Amino acid sequence: MTGLVIDDVSMTFELPNGGNVEALKNINLQINEGELLSVLGPSGCGKTTLLNILAGFLAPTSGTMAMNGHAITGPHSERGMVFQQGALFEWMNVAKNIGFGPKMKGTPQAEIDAKVTELLGIVGLQDFAEKMIYEMSGGMQQRVALARCLANDPDVILMDEPLGALDALTREKMQSLVLDIWKKTGKTIILITHSVEEALLLGERLLVMAPRPGRVHKEYRLPFAEMGVGADLREVKRHPDFGPKRDEILSMIWDMEEEIMGRTESA
Amino acid sequence: MIQEVFDVIVTTLRMVVGITLIMAVFLLVSMALSFLYGLYSKGRGMTKGYTSLKTVTFGDESAVTANRFASVAAVVTIFLLWCIATGSSLIPTVLPPPFVGETEFEYTARNANGETDTATVLVQVYGSDAERPDEPEALPPGDGFARNDFVQIVERRTKVLKVQNNDEGGKEDGYEVIEINGTPVTRETVVPFAKGEIYVTKQGSLSVRPSTGLTMEALYLPPPEKVWSSFITLNKEGYQGVGLWENVFWSLIRVVIGFSLGCLFGIPLGFAMGLNSWLRGWFDPIVEFMRPVPPLALIPLVIIWFGIGEQGKISLLFLAALWIMTIAARAGVSGVNISKVHAAYSLGATRRQLLTKVILPNSLPEIFTGARVAMGVCWGTVVAAELVAAEKGAGKMIIAASKFSLTDIVIIGIIIIGVIGYGIDVLMRKAENKLVPWKGRG
Ligand SMILES: Nc1ncnc2c1ncn2[C@@H]1O[C@H](COP(=O)(O)OP(=O)(O)O)[C@@H](O)[C@H]1O
Ligand SMILES: [Mg+2]
Repeated sequence: MTGLVIDDVSMTFELPNGGNVEALKNINLQINEGELLSVLGPSGCGKTTLLNILAGFLAPTSGTMAMNGHAITGPHSERGMVFQQGALFEWMNVAKNIGFGPKMKGTPQAEIDAKVTELLGIVGLQDFAEKMIYEMSGGMQQRVALARCLANDPDVILMDEPLGALDALTREKMQSLVLDIWKKTGKTIILITHSVEEALLLGERLLVMAPRPGRVHKEYRLPFAEMGVGADLREVKRHPDFGPKRDEILSMIWDMEEEIMGRTESA
Repeated sequence: MIQEVFDVIVTTLRMVVGITLIMAVFLLVSMALSFLYGLYSKGRGMTKGYTSLKTVTFGDESAVTANRFASVAAVVTIFLLWCIATGSSLIPTVLPPPFVGETEFEYTARNANGETDTATVLVQVYGSDAERPDEPEALPPGDGFARNDFVQIVERRTKVLKVQNNDEGGKEDGYEVIEINGTPVTRETVVPFAKGEIYVTKQGSLSVRPSTGLTMEALYLPPPEKVWSSFITLNKEGYQGVGLWENVFWSLIRVVIGFSLGCLFGIPLGFAMGLNSWLRGWFDPIVEFMRPVPPLALIPLVIIWFGIGEQGKISLLFLAALWIMTIAARAGVSGVNISKVHAAYSLGATRRQLLTKVILPNSLPEIFTGARVAMGVCWGTVVAAELVAAEKGAGKMIIAASKFSLTDIVIIGIIIIGVIGYGIDVLMRKAENKLVPWKGRG
């Protein structure tokens, strides 16, 4: 069977002081091929943990995950990852960063070069192939990170707040880029964000998670991602359904945050 | 014990006063020059650029850059102070130099019979590096029982003159020198004369002290021109059969070999410690113990083990570099952003590829920092080791020269050691900028 299947996954961290944190509890999810899933939730609800488990960096305390029918046991190039920042290789130029994955697999250089040129075009960095990473702005670096991930042609792209460190204008452009790439490549994308608007724009399917224990609180199917492809995202935000949905989810998260605050205060 | 501690405290306080005085002179010159520079640059509108528009500069680190004019002025100032203190011939006289040349004084003696007579003493003071001048032929003896005398003294030195020796009746009881240049004197008193002073000793002899001036003696600090001429000679003839640059070459060779060995073993060791829990645990006690042991403290042991040959010195430098490089490499591995590692694995890298393509380049900045420190330590250690035991080398040259009070060679050695140490650091920094241009910009 294709896609990602998460079967009753729980993750409990033992703390040095003897206590433990239920970062994830009994997560069941089925993510289909080509799906654009955004995951939203207050800080500490286990989003990063979930993504790290899917990427294969962490093994869950219980439960299993499978990708296209085989179990996930470690990192693999079928599951690409885009980090918030700091994951590019400063000692390589942009082209070498993007070509890293194919190079590791021993792809012929000519093929790598062609791929890199194509991807530089897709992310709009045609003229920056020879630039070093530290010469690029934050937004450009994330474009490189996206391209590097795509160069490996993964089945799933996992993104942990990839746009979180960008300013609002750059962020908007990058959101369009993510939608474009999703449509052009048909990849499964799982994107974590703490911005409600971003989650609405970049999710055909949106999971709202709740903390303590980390779990899926609510799930939505949304039309906005489809609308946003090739369109002005500000237009999408003006859609009559957008505002109410945003408010609904915002207040949901507000309630969770208040609950957490209340709990820690009384504790 | 208490007394010794007390002496240390007194010495310390004296030093505080001395250091303060030296610093004060240096800073006063600095302030004066700074003031003049301010007038000069203001008049020409030389302060331009972005920094000149900053109103907050005090406390803004980036607004403080080394003023190159000040650096040059400081070096020139030190050079001038050196010239002044040593009475260098490169500049006009500032401090009175020690007296050299001929002078004379008169003494009046009274003999056993109560008669008095006056005679002249001719004093010849000659430079310490000059030949002893010829004695003047037959002094006119003068009349009366006191006879004229003659004395030759090296500059800054003192000589006891027994004027009574050639005087008639000078050995008899009751003979006494009673006046010098007309000034009445008694035993154990000091009287000045034209170019110095005379101390009448307990035995009634005259201790002649020509004026020593205020400049420093070449034994302590030779003037620059003397150091320069020694440098020329040293360059041509070497010292004790070993050429100047041969000495430097040997020191450098030892450093290069010791440092390279340190890198060769230290970097893999650091990587091993950064990548494997067992190996980290295994080497931790050794590294943590050896790290704070200064390499100089190992010199005696190394000499016992390996003797004074090359192996001992290279082993010492190897040990000096080893722990620094190990710790630098370990820090480089530990410092890798976990996202980079995760990214590399997600992109399909194998462990080996991760090591060579990610961990190694990522730790280069740390390794370079370590290498700079290690190079500095090695250079200092090699000189110290050569002071103790070596046949050739910059350190050996200066310690050998110091045994013969050849201060100029010692100073040349120190300057060369400093310049080379600085040169090494500059080269390392250049290499760093070239090889790890992303350092500090991650
Ligand atoms: N390595 C860890 N050790 C202990 N607790 C952890 C660890 N990683 C995450 N946690 C805890 O698990 C919970 C979920 O963390 P995380 O997945 O980072 O949340 P999110 O990404 O949604 O902010 C938090 O309470 C966090 O403190
Ligand atoms: Mg997170």
